[in-house]
Amino acid sequence: MTAVSFDWTALVEYTITGFLAGGLLSLIALGFVLIYKGTGVINFAMGEFMMLGAYSFYTANKVWGLAMLPAMVVTIAAIGLFAAIVERGILRPLSGQPVISVLMATIGLASVIHGAVDMVWGGINLEMPELLPRTPLRFGEIFIPGKTLWSFVLASAVITAFSIYFRYSRTGVSMRAAASDPITASALGIDVRRTQVLTWIFAGIVGAIAGVIAASMTTLSPALSHIALGVFAVIILGGLDSIVGAIVAGLAIGVIESLTSAYLGGKVRDIVPYLIVLLILLIRPYGLFGTRQVERL
Amino acid sequence: MTALATPAATMSNPLAGDPLLRVDGLHLSFGGIQALGGVTLQAKARDITAIIGPNGAGKTSLFNAISGFYRPQQGRIRFAGEDISRTPTARRAAKGMARTFQNVALFRGLSVLDNVKLGGHTRLQANPLTAMWYFGRAQREETRLRAEIERDVIDFLEIDHIRHQPVAALSYGLQKRVELARALAMQPKLLMLDEPVAGMNREETEDMARFILDIQEERGIAVLLIEHDMGLVMDIANHVVVLNFGHVIGVGTPSEVRTNPEVVRAYLGGDFVKPIVPDAAAQAQGIAL
Repeated sequence: MTAVSFDWTALVEYTITGFLAGGLLSLIALGFVLIYKGTGVINFAMGEFMMLGAYSFYTANKVWGLAMLPAMVVTIAAIGLFAAIVERGILRPLSGQPVISVLMATIGLASVIHGAVDMVWGGINLEMPELLPRTPLRFGEIFIPGKTLWSFVLASAVITAFSIYFRYSRTGVSMRAAASDPITASALGIDVRRTQVLTWIFAGIVGAIAGVIAASMTTLSPALSHIALGVFAVIILGGLDSIVGAIVAGLAIGVIESLTSAYLGGKVRDIVPYLIVLLILLIRPYGLFGTRQVERL
Repeated sequence: MTALATPAATMSNPLAGDPLLRVDGLHLSFGGIQALGGVTLQAKARDITAIIGPNGAGKTSLFNAISGFYRPQQGRIRFAGEDISRTPTARRAAKGMARTFQNVALFRGLSVLDNVKLGGHTRLQANPLTAMWYFGRAQREETRLRAEIERDVIDFLEIDHIRHQPVAALSYGLQKRVELARALAMQPKLLMLDEPVAGMNREETEDMARFILDIQEERGIAVLLIEHDMGLVMDIANHVVVLNFGHVIGVGTPSEVRTNPEVVRAYLGGDFVKPIVPDAAAQAQGIAL
C-alpha cells in the first residue's frame, strides 16, 4: 500500500468482516477437535460431512419442500445417524490399529462420500435456499455483509450450545472424562464406546451445520469440502485438542485471511494460512492452546 | 420409585454364606510371561481382605483382571452371585465394583466435586437428551445425587473445604482421598484399593486407615486392598492373601499369615513388621549368584 492517506475505515471493515467470517472456521475446527479429543482420530472426512449436511438440507428444503427449520432437523438427524454408522462400521473395527491406518480410512471415506455425492447430485453448482438474510449492517462508513454477520451468529450459537453441554451436562462431563482417561472412565462405569459414538454424532452435527452455513454463503457444490482443508491451519494454530484454541484460532485465521486478501490479493490469501501452519509447526507444534504431548502427523 | 441403587439391598444379601467376590483359578499371561498362575481367592461382604506380596507378584494384574481391563486366559470371576468373567469393565463397575489406582487416576481438568460426581454416573438413569435439557427427572436425579454425595462422601471423607478446587492443585494425600471419594460415590458393594497409603506420611496414613475402617463398619462394603505397608495391613485387615510370582502362597487372618512358615520363608524373611523390600527374593538370588 503506497497510498498517501491510508484508508483506516477499510482496515476496520476488513478486520470485522474477517473476524465474523472466522466464526464459521471456528465451528468447523470444533468438529475436528471434538473427534480428536474424544477418540484420538483426525477426521479427514470432515469436509465431506459438511458437504453431506449441505446437500441434505438442500434436498429436504428444495426437493421435498420442507420449511427451513424442519429441513435443518432432518439434516441434523441424517448426518448424526451417518456419523454413528461411520463410527460403528469403520472406526471401531479399526480401534487398536496404527494411527496411520485409521487416518487412511478417514481419507478413503472422504473420497467415497465425495464420489457418491457427485453421482447423486452431480458436480454442478446448486443454489442453496436463502437461509441467511442478506441485509447488510452499516456503521457510518463501515459495511458488514448480512450473510457474514448471520453466519457468525449461527456459528457462535452452535459453539456456545456445545460448550455449555460439555461443561455442565452429565453426558458432556462423562464424555470429557472418557476423552481424557478412557481406562479410569470405564472403571467408573462410563461406557467409553458409547461416548465415542456420541462424539462422532456431535462432530457430524457440527459439520452438517457448518456445511449448511458455508453453502448458504456461496453456492452448493462438491467443492464445499475444500473449506475443511483450509481449517487445518486453524486446528494446528489452536492446538488439536483444545476447543478454546479452535475458537480463538478460527477467528484469528478469519481476520488474517480477510486482511491478506484485501491488501495482498486472493492468491496470497490462499497460501498465508499454510505459511502460518509451517511457522507454528516449527515454533509451537502443539498449537497455541494444545496439550504439549499431542502427537503430530 | 428411586433411580439410585440403595446400599440396603446389598447388605441384606440372601446368599449370606456366599462370598461377594470369588476368583477361581485365574490364569493370565502376557506373551510368555505369566502374571497369574491360577489364583483363587474370596472377598466377603463386611471384610477387609488384603492382598500382599512383593513387587511383580501379580497383585495389580489381579486387580486389573477383576476390574475387566485384562482378559484372563483361564478361570472365572463371580461377583454378587453372578459370573462376570466376560462382562465389560463399565458394566462390572455398574454392578457395584469400584476401585482406585496405584497412580492417582483423577481427571485433572475437573474440580474435586466433578470428579466425585462422576462416580455417581452409573447410578443415574437419564439419557443424553433428557440430561441435555436438564428437565424434570434428570434434574431431580441430579439434585438427589448431589445431596447424597455431599453428605455420604464429601463430608464423610472430610474434603468439603476443597470441593471446588481443581484436583491438580491438591497434595498427593488429598488426591488419593478424592479418588477414594469418587469410588465411594459409586455406592459400591466391593471397594478395591490399590496401595491407598503409598507415598503418604504417617498422619495421612492414619486418616486413610480410619476411613477404610469406617467404610467397612458403617456401610458393610467389602474392601479388597493391595498394600505394602505391613503395619496397616496387620492393623485393619480381617483376611490376608499372600501372592508371590502369580501364585497364592498363603491365606488367613493377619496372625495366621505372619506365622505361616511358607509365607515367612518365601516372602517376609522373618521380619514381617517392616515394609516389604521390593523383590526380596530376587535380591537374595542376586547375592547368592
